[in-house]
Order: sequence, then C-alpha cells, then structure tokens
Amino acid sequence: MRYSALSLLWNGLRGNRDWKPAWRQPQPKPHYDVIIVGGGGHGLATAYYLAKEFGIANIAVLEKNYIGSGNVGRNTTIIRSNYLLPGNNPFYELSMKLWEGLERDFNFNAMVSQRGVLNLYHSDAQRDANMRRGNAMRLHGVDAELLDTDEVRRMVPFLDFDNARFPIKGGLLQRRGGTVRHDAVAWGYARGADSRDVDIIQGCEVTGIRRENGRVTGVETSRGFIGCGKLALAAAGNSSQVARMADLKLPLESHVLQAFVSEGLKPFIDGVITFGAGHFYVSQSDKGGLVFGGDIDGYNSYAQRGNLATVEHVAEAGKAMIPALSRLRVLRSWGGIMDMSMDGSPIIDRTLIDNLYLNAGWCYGGFKATPASGFCFAHLIARNAPHETATAFRLDRFQRGYLIDEKGQGAQPNLH
Amino acid sequence: MASLVPCPHCGSRPKEEFTVKGAALKRPSPEAGADAWFDYVYLRDNPRGGYEEYWHHTAGCRRWLIVDRDTATHQVTSCRDAASASAKEHGA
Repeated sequence: MRYSALSLLWNGLRGNRDWKPAWRQPQPKPHYDVIIVGGGGHGLATAYYLAKEFGIANIAVLEKNYIGSGNVGRNTTIIRSNYLLPGNNPFYELSMKLWEGLERDFNFNAMVSQRGVLNLYHSDAQRDANMRRGNAMRLHGVDAELLDTDEVRRMVPFLDFDNARFPIKGGLLQRRGGTVRHDAVAWGYARGADSRDVDIIQGCEVTGIRRENGRVTGVETSRGFIGCGKLALAAAGNSSQVARMADLKLPLESHVLQAFVSEGLKPFIDGVITFGAGHFYVSQSDKGGLVFGGDIDGYNSYAQRGNLATVEHVAEAGKAMIPALSRLRVLRSWGGIMDMSMDGSPIIDRTLIDNLYLNAGWCYGGFKATPASGFCFAHLIARNAPHETATAFRLDRFQRGYLIDEKGQGAQPNLH
Repeated sequence: MASLVPCPHCGSRPKEEFTVKGAALKRPSPEAGADAWFDYVYLRDNPRGGYEEYWHHTAGCRRWLIVDRDTATHQVTSCRDAASASAKEHGA
C-alpha cells in the first residue's frame, strides 16, 4: 500500500482498521542470492538499494533480534556532511543528498529536518581548524559557513559565551545538517525492501559461516542452515564476532556509547549544537526532549549500557556549554555498541574470501551514513567494484598505510 | 564496568582511579617483520568475554596493570602488575 494524504484520510475515516503490516514475517527459504547479516539501518538500506537500484532479486536480511533494536534506534539522530578528508567528504555528501530525497524515495515519513549543525570553536587555533574544514567542504561542493561570536549569539543566545576557560569565539555551521527520526529510517527501508520481495527475517541469529573451496556457501542460524550466493556482513558492534566465524580478524574494537533524552521542554534548541571544548552534542526532538550525548566510555564493551562516570562527564560538558541545562531532568539513558575502527573511518570492502563482503567500522558516526552506506555496499555487492565515493574505505588500508584518520589520533580506538 | 578493581599494590580501589589503555598484547620484537607488527598495531580479537587489558592506576600507585575483564559482564577476574608479569614471561 502506498502512503499518501488521501490514504491517511481514507483510513482515518474508516477507523484505521485496514492498515496492513509494513513488512511480512517470512519463513527463511533454503537459498538466497544475497544474504545480509544485520537488520540495522545499514543492512536494511543495503537490501533496499540492492533490490531497487541494482536489480538483485532473492535477498534476505537476517536479524538476531528485531529490526531497529540496535544502533539505528539508539543514536542521537544527527545528520551532517562536514568532513575534512577527501576520502570521507564525497561519501558523506552523497549520504546527505540521499537523505534529502529519502522520504519521497521510500514513501515513508522519516521526519528529515535540516535545521543546521553548529560546531562551536573556543580559540584561535580551533577557528583556523574550522576554517580549514569549512573550506575543504566548500571545495567539495558542501555548504559551510564560518560564524563569529556575534553571529552565533544571534542564533543561540543562551550559550555560555564568556566561560572563563572555554569562551565561545564562533562556530562552523552546516545549514543542511539536522536530524532524522531514526526508527522511521529502519522502518522505511524495511518496508521499501519488503515491497521489493526482500525477506526480512527477525529473530534469526547467525551462528556459523559455512565455506567450501574458499567460498561461502551459506550460514548456520538459530533457524537452520540458509544457503547463499553472496554473504554481506553489516553487523556493527558485533562485526568482529560474525567475522570470526569466517576466520577473519578485523581492525575493530567494540565500545559502548551512551545517549540521553531529557524531559520535554518548550521549543529551546532549534538545530544541533556541538561543544568544541569537550565532546557534547545536543538537539531537541519534536516531542520537546533534549537528545544529547558525548564520548564513548573508553573501554571495550558488549554491554548495551554505560557507566556513571561518563554520564557525569557528558552532563558537565553540556552545562559548560549551556548553563540553563543545570536543572534539567534526564528521562532516559541507554548505550549502543560501536564498531570502532583503528583510524576512525569505516570499511566497505570485499574480503579475502571471494563472495564475502564487509561493511563495518562506523565508530559512532554510522547513522548519518546510513543511506550512502547502503547504496555503496549494494553497489559493491552487485558489481564487485566499489562505488566512486567509497573507494577509500578499504579493509587493507591499514596494512598499506592509507589511513583516513579524520581526528589524527592513531590506532587507539578509545580516543576516536 | 566493574566498580571495584583489585589492584595488587593498593587493594580494592574504585574504577574511577584507573585509565584504560586497551588490549594487553605482546609487543613483537623489532625484527618480527611487517605482518607481525601490522597484527600488533591494527588487528584485535575483540572478544565478547574475557579480555586482558592494560590499565594505568593513574590516581593510585601509578603502576601499569594487566586487568582480565569480561567485556559483556564487566566482571574482573584478575589484576596483576604488568612489569612483573612481563618479567615472569621473560624468565627474569
């Protein structure tokens, strides 16, 4: 069923009794041309674009829990394409362009809201770094504006501009950045893929990868063996676990990242604001709650919950930026498991096994990349060649010395 | 994350006193070759379960420790001094 204003009105008048489930609950078939492991944003987007843009039929997405139960439903919903390095920037800009047309493309309201992303700076050196990044963005055709203190003050007068330690000197603004309702991204892609006959199989955990003569022939799952022509891994924080089933050791560590939502407030913060002196980012949802987060906890973790020391750290950074947050009540906090790569950039590549494809290493920037990640991964799976915007995300770049180290931290994932 | 860490020098101490470095890997010899060094610098087992890590007791004895911790439950099963563990390995 195609959603439209008319279908909404019609079903509303009939008491909303005739809506159909947005996707099926199929039984696994014995064999698929392509199996995607992981029913998160990236896995579902991959299935959607494989079916829609690359003409592959007979696809399954295997999800051990329910779709949207992982990081696609746990992030702080921010989208932006304000990257510095040439290996990253065109890819994230492709993602931004796909976000801009996404709702029309998959006929689902994902509440894409381009309210602007403002990165603050607090010193001359930081201003220079932001100017450099802004210039790099503009050279790639991405919008960027460098604001001084007065311009920031007019936009967001409630910041602590005269903070003794970290006075706010201005900010780098990307007006096309913003937020997207993250659950709707998973649902929209799932519905779009399902309507193109992709089987989305929930509650189906992959427990082994069967190989013969150096090729993958299928996966052992909690619902039995399923054969496949090509196997694509998009397992985010569990990537190392799944890859180990094929004897692959990845340049990844799994870390927990927390996110928070406050009680509902009247309209307060229009766009996304990030602190330059610490790691803190905040936006306000349409329901009124402030959605915010900070650094990863800093230790390897597979537990989807974090630690109080980080809660305190995030709250302090938030209060240093916006003193008015001091009496805010936090309603919920939660954690997601990040696949932290060794240079802070992702991997979309083939592996040493001929028909095994890998999509991993999204660190804590995976949500904004969802459409481009799906599109480029689908391109790779269908054509066995990387998409032109994703040629730098190679698995062997660590060995060959072609790192994409946006932050310049080195192979120390808890610093990225 | 475990709340209390059994430091071999200071006894049971709150985790806030420590800084986590990451995987406690055995450093290859300088002549080990590019593959061994690549493995050491970039590749990780990243297990769900027991994991040996270097922790620094920053606000305590300031010794480097090897903490054996479960990455899913955060239970700490052992904590020993990194220098004496290394000395034992090398038969010193």
